[in-house]
Amino acid sequence: MKAEDRLEERNPIEDLLRMDRIPHIWCPGCGIGTVVTSFAEALKKTQIDLDKVAVVSGIGCTGRVAGYIKLDSFHTTHGRAVPFATGLKLANPELKVIVFSGDGDLAGIGGNHLIHAARRNMDLVVICVNNFNYAMTGGQVAATTPIEANASTAPYGNFEYPFNLPFLMDAAGATYVARWTALHLRRVTMSIMDALQRPGFSFIEVITPCVTLYARRNRLGDGLNLLRYYYDNSEIQHGADTRNLDISYQGKLIVGKFVEKEKPTFLDAMNQHLSRVLGDDYQLYGRINYDRD
Amino acid sequence: MKKVKADPKGVLTGVHYLDGDFAIAEGALAAGCRFFGGYPITPSTETAERFSARIPKVGGVFIQMEDELGSIAALIGAVWGGVKAMTVTSGPGFSLMQENIGLACMMETPLVIANVQRGGPSTGLPTLAGQQDIMQARWGSHGDYEVIALAPDSPQECFDLTIEAFNLAEIYRVPTFIMTDECVGHMHEKVVIPPAEEIEVVERKWYAGPKEEYLPYKLDKDGIPFMIKAGDGYRFHTTGLTHDERGYPVINAECQDWCVRHLCDKIRKNADKIIRLEEDEIDTAEVVVLSYGITSRVATRAVQKARQEGIKVGTLRLITVWPFPEKRIRELASLVGSFVVPEINYGQIVYEVERCAAGQAKVIHVPHCGGWVHNPDDIYNAIKEAVK
Repeated sequence: MKAEDRLEERNPIEDLLRMDRIPHIWCPGCGIGTVVTSFAEALKKTQIDLDKVAVVSGIGCTGRVAGYIKLDSFHTTHGRAVPFATGLKLANPELKVIVFSGDGDLAGIGGNHLIHAARRNMDLVVICVNNFNYAMTGGQVAATTPIEANASTAPYGNFEYPFNLPFLMDAAGATYVARWTALHLRRVTMSIMDALQRPGFSFIEVITPCVTLYARRNRLGDGLNLLRYYYDNSEIQHGADTRNLDISYQGKLIVGKFVEKEKPTFLDAMNQHLSRVLGDDYQLYGRINYDRD
Repeated sequence: MKKVKADPKGVLTGVHYLDGDFAIAEGALAAGCRFFGGYPITPSTETAERFSARIPKVGGVFIQMEDELGSIAALIGAVWGGVKAMTVTSGPGFSLMQENIGLACMMETPLVIANVQRGGPSTGLPTLAGQQDIMQARWGSHGDYEVIALAPDSPQECFDLTIEAFNLAEIYRVPTFIMTDECVGHMHEKVVIPPAEEIEVVERKWYAGPKEEYLPYKLDKDGIPFMIKAGDGYRFHTTGLTHDERGYPVINAECQDWCVRHLCDKIRKNADKIIRLEEDEIDTAEVVVLSYGITSRVATRAVQKARQEGIKVGTLRLITVWPFPEKRIRELASLVGSFVVPEINYGQIVYEVERCAAGQAKVIHVPHCGGWVHNPDDIYNAIKEAVK
């Protein structure tokens, strides 16, 4: 019997995966695949035109997502997924562009681009897989590592203040901000569905287990232990004040949908403003999301 | 290669009085560039300003990015979104772009970067000329790759060569640089912009075969793969990793050999088609002044003076700096006594000339650390020394 005939062994989202690249490189217990599954579910449930969806990743473990998703997909350079996606979206406004990358890529080396894309309300969905460390390179300390947590370049424990990513994104102007853990599969799916169906800059942080590095260095057990930690310590607080969402080492994880507001996207603002100022001289650009007077 | 007439919307036909920076913006618009991602940096900013003022009436996007890393990344994304794209910068910004110039090479992304050079290193001389990024243009990103670089010596050539840069970028699917400098960038001269129907623009090498057979990096007969854009249903993948025909990462020496050899060969093997030189009185010359950009105009004064004294001086101006005209320099090395190489740096192109001359001709460098152009007498004195 051929492998593809054994229905029970087929991956339910294989139509969205590059099966010729499977097995993937992620470790057993890693949470990235879980987020990919949620993403695939969200794509299916929203019935979005898959030919018009593009995925852009940077570098790192999560950076490999673009290589496994069977859509137009770009594996770019470290930190530059957001500006790459910005160019892609602006050149071809009918695309729905998803940036799928890790905390180090997006909030560390790419932090400047992240805040500016949020400021512009660039029409992008950013899925930030936060595993609290630089995993691809061996578990180094990150801009998201909780204080006291051990990392390979913080061998005596981290003493730097980490980013509170929802607060950062809220302050920078993101119009949709949510945080979940890899345990909240359906919630992650729902947030991605929200983001896919709305214009503007959406940021979804998903806290995921890094079993091989973060958990091992900190003697936190395996993937199941980390999911247990999420289960015991997550608290859903929709609309919570984003200033209060710091994450302490093995402490409480406040999750939920914190920001959802409407504001013209970069392209809408560009079209509205330049139409008003230049009148008929202005060449409207891309899909128009509003009524022109 | 499919050539079409320029889209008249972007062509400001007429006789103008423009500086080089503005002329670059007009050249880009004429070539069909409809996306500009940039970050302000002296002495290049006027190109971005001009583009930002013109594009709303032409139809396209100008975005001022948060830094040069963002600019070049946005360009690559925009090109894969289906448009022609460019940015402009100067030394420090060019340095910041280098990593993603490598990505553009690796993904075989046609785009244009103008570098209005100023004196360096570091912040150096923001408002004064230099030609110190010539080697950076060739070697600035890590790894082995080839690029194309053009060096205009006038605002008119800024216009003309920007169109050519876009055309070459599309033909070879490679980042193409306009390596001008503060002098040319800020020099106002007459610029003639011809009617759109007289401007030839190379279209992207779009794939038109069966969708299911498409492979992003399968080489066509001319050695250049076909291109597609996101959103057309190919569901393709591309990466900065070493990749095979499918665009899939393959991390081994065999694939690296295929991938990198191709990136270099597509330029090396077409060098004769790409390279443009301007030669004058070279057949009878005993000494050849080899220069590029603004320095070639300064050298003219020295050459005139030397010729008046009966010295047989030829000139060779590099319009294409990269790929370097190795073959022609080798030929000339056996015919002429010496090369005089003035450039506004402390030694860059002169090493290429020495390499190609390979001891057959004397090579005299006329360095200048930047801040202004040469005193023509320095070049004249080098010519005198050459024939001594």
